[in-house]
Amino acid sequence: MASVFTILFAGLSAAQSFAAEVNVYSGRQEALIKPLLDKFTAQTGVKVNLVTGKADALISRAASEGEFSQVDLLVMADAGRLVRAKNMRLTQAIGLDLPALSSSFIDEEKHWVALTTRARTVMYKKGSDVVLPESMLALADKKYAGQICVRSSSNIYNQSMTAAMMLDKGDEVTSKWAKGIAENMARKPKGGDRDQIKAMIAGECQFAIANTYYLGGMLTSSDESQREIAEQVAIAWTPKSEGGTHINISGVSIAKHAPNKAAAEQLLTFMLAEEQQAWYAEVNQEYPVIDGVNWSKTLERLGRFDAQSVNFNDMGRLNGDALKLMDKAGWQ
Amino acid sequence: MNGFNWIKIFAVIFASILILPLFSVLFSVFSPDLDTWQHLIDTVLVDYITNSVVLALGSATGAILLGTTTGYVMANYQFAAKAILQIVLLLPLAMPAYIIAYTYTGLMDFGSPLHQLIRDVFSLPSTVSVLPDIRHLSGAVVMMSLVLYPYVYLLSYAAFKSQPDALQNVSTLAGKSSLSHIFNVALPMARPAILTGGALVMMEALADYGTVAYFGVNTFSAGIYRTWFGMGNREVAAQLASALCLFVFLVLILEKYSRKDARRYVNNLANKKTTREVTGKGLVFIWLLCLLPPLFGFFIPSIQLLYWAVFTSEADTQGFSNLLGNTLYLSALAAFIIVALALMFSYVARMTSANHFSRLNQLLSLGYALPGLVIAVGVISISGWADRQFNMFTISWFDFRPGLIISGSITILLFAYSVRYLSVALQNTENGFARISLQTDAAALNLNPSRWHLLSRIHLPLLRPSILSAMLLVFVDVLKELPATLVLRPFNFNTLAVRAYELASDERLIDAALPAIAIVGVGLLPVCLLIYQLERRST
Repeated sequence: MASVFTILFAGLSAAQSFAAEVNVYSGRQEALIKPLLDKFTAQTGVKVNLVTGKADALISRAASEGEFSQVDLLVMADAGRLVRAKNMRLTQAIGLDLPALSSSFIDEEKHWVALTTRARTVMYKKGSDVVLPESMLALADKKYAGQICVRSSSNIYNQSMTAAMMLDKGDEVTSKWAKGIAENMARKPKGGDRDQIKAMIAGECQFAIANTYYLGGMLTSSDESQREIAEQVAIAWTPKSEGGTHINISGVSIAKHAPNKAAAEQLLTFMLAEEQQAWYAEVNQEYPVIDGVNWSKTLERLGRFDAQSVNFNDMGRLNGDALKLMDKAGWQ
Repeated sequence: MNGFNWIKIFAVIFASILILPLFSVLFSVFSPDLDTWQHLIDTVLVDYITNSVVLALGSATGAILLGTTTGYVMANYQFAAKAILQIVLLLPLAMPAYIIAYTYTGLMDFGSPLHQLIRDVFSLPSTVSVLPDIRHLSGAVVMMSLVLYPYVYLLSYAAFKSQPDALQNVSTLAGKSSLSHIFNVALPMARPAILTGGALVMMEALADYGTVAYFGVNTFSAGIYRTWFGMGNREVAAQLASALCLFVFLVLILEKYSRKDARRYVNNLANKKTTREVTGKGLVFIWLLCLLPPLFGFFIPSIQLLYWAVFTSEADTQGFSNLLGNTLYLSALAAFIIVALALMFSYVARMTSANHFSRLNQLLSLGYALPGLVIAVGVISISGWADRQFNMFTISWFDFRPGLIISGSITILLFAYSVRYLSVALQNTENGFARISLQTDAAALNLNPSRWHLLSRIHLPLLRPSILSAMLLVFVDVLKELPATLVLRPFNFNTLAVRAYELASDERLIDAALPAIAIVGVGLLPVCLLIYQLERRST
């Protein structure tokens, strides 16, 4: 009887599973993951099936599909979503020996592991006579009134940065800081990170808060006007003494009901290998999580920096509170 | 049981299935999270509401102004090369709102060639910004009006076209000026159609996320995303979506009320409609008037996109035919299914004297105003549940585990599109039915009592223009649809909109130009078909 059904439904089933296959839900967009997956397939013969999309929506999809879900590997573009997937019990402990990573890049229970990191920084125009803030925190000072361009609090990078600050400095300092930033804004938040950088060069503001890989992307852009703008930008890193520059991670988890667990582990190992780590740096200007992997020329040009030490699980957990804090501070 | 009862039963079954995702959203109201609500009320809720109301009313007003003016002119005047304008006026339909928003931002951007050119012409230093910034609420209203006015144009054109010459003659005999005729006769008679178009625009504007997110306008939809993604609070997000539903329901009831006289007994088939010939200065004026909306809503952004796609983009064209194939297949299939459903629902509502079927249609229309992602999540929960139940059944009876059958299939995408876009099709089919006089039904049934005969030989031929415009609108809507496609699609399945969005959301606007212009290109095909049909009808 069962075999009859197998034949009946083989053609109907949404995703059939064969021996050498692995199914990936990715909150990272296709251009930033597909080339790696293709390379993996070429090297191992394991076929990779991919759905990309908004991380939270993919998390909801995995949750609704439950124990029958086909998904093996979850790829997320920020710590908050990795933690959310873990807390919704959609992941399982990775039973592999992982390469030597800084402990903050691996979940305590090994439910996720980081793939890359990115830094969120204060940027300014080279050669301008502004007084540089000694840290992200100092940017809230009254003397920077009307000088800041930053995107909306709806954006996850701002939420993560705020959550990390809540962990580091406490709610009260962070509240005051968020209010200060909101009051110092040169304009209502709009656009993406690249737009803040452009507005800063256009003279709308003196400082832009943006992720480094956007600047890196502009520096290596095929569009000359973007390169021209990016060439004029310098970064004011937050030094170790002030807590270091805020970083976030992208990372992977193995799905709790992964039907192709072995292949998923194989793919995970592949992604953390040195060659792939260097690829991220080269193509998307993100920092590798493995020490000793070469940075791209562009990243080297932006300079080495001291990263803040943060517990990404705690940071992810505080994401909602961070948004509420920003709401109250009037950060639109 | 006769055939019509069967149709009624089918209608009820399909309606129940389509309404399930909406209910799964609405059910969230039973688990209120008072703390989060208090927080929203204290901080951002007023902003969400005001911004959404202004965006919806503003976009509807803008679209009505553009759509009604052009619709009136095209229906009443004959002039040189009118056929070209007929095509051109509908082109913005193919332009997704978020794409036009990104494009204008890039076009007027500080570092853009246009900006540089203006600075060069007036010899201004390169640090001066001369073009206005469009990224705010009123900018969003303009963007929405520019791409959504064809909804009003299509409906008002059809309405004006069906106003017989006799009406104009009566006005003239009564010594009324043309202007007075327009405002006192033509417009009030076309009002139901105009308002229907306006309601569609409002719903589209309320559901929009891409444009407002990029422009930093905190609307209700943006708030739903923010609450869900930012706060990780799916329940409150669903409650916000329910509130949006309720608001739209009220708007739809108002719209329906305004249409209640539309079931009038005017036999508009016997009356001829002639158009007046325009030459000279009037011709130039009409051309300018009708060219402006598509110029800003289509040509300028398309040229910019083409420029990017050809000169600066590095986007790979690998697998592009696949993207194109998927997009066409999905849009065509969805258009066919959704219009078939809409026909069934509006037919049942027309043939039933009691009101509950037309109320049901209003309920089914709600999906249009919900952000696609909210519908997607409703659909996911339903399909996940159904798959689980089915697996449990087969496991316990046959020891067989088929896995997911609906989830992650094309079927689920079509389901979500039906929930989301049924309204678009319904508005057209209902309007189409409303224009067929009830006397026609009575006469036809007298000659041949078969309802099937009435539907196939009388209604369907008369409805053909409505069916076609419904199919076109659903086709281009699905073509442009993003959030639901993004989450629900099967493995390794991409569409043009998905590709364009992924690149644009990574702030790689220029690389997004190629898939974006392809969306526009694919959208042109059905637009041209529709125009051909509109023309055939009028001759």
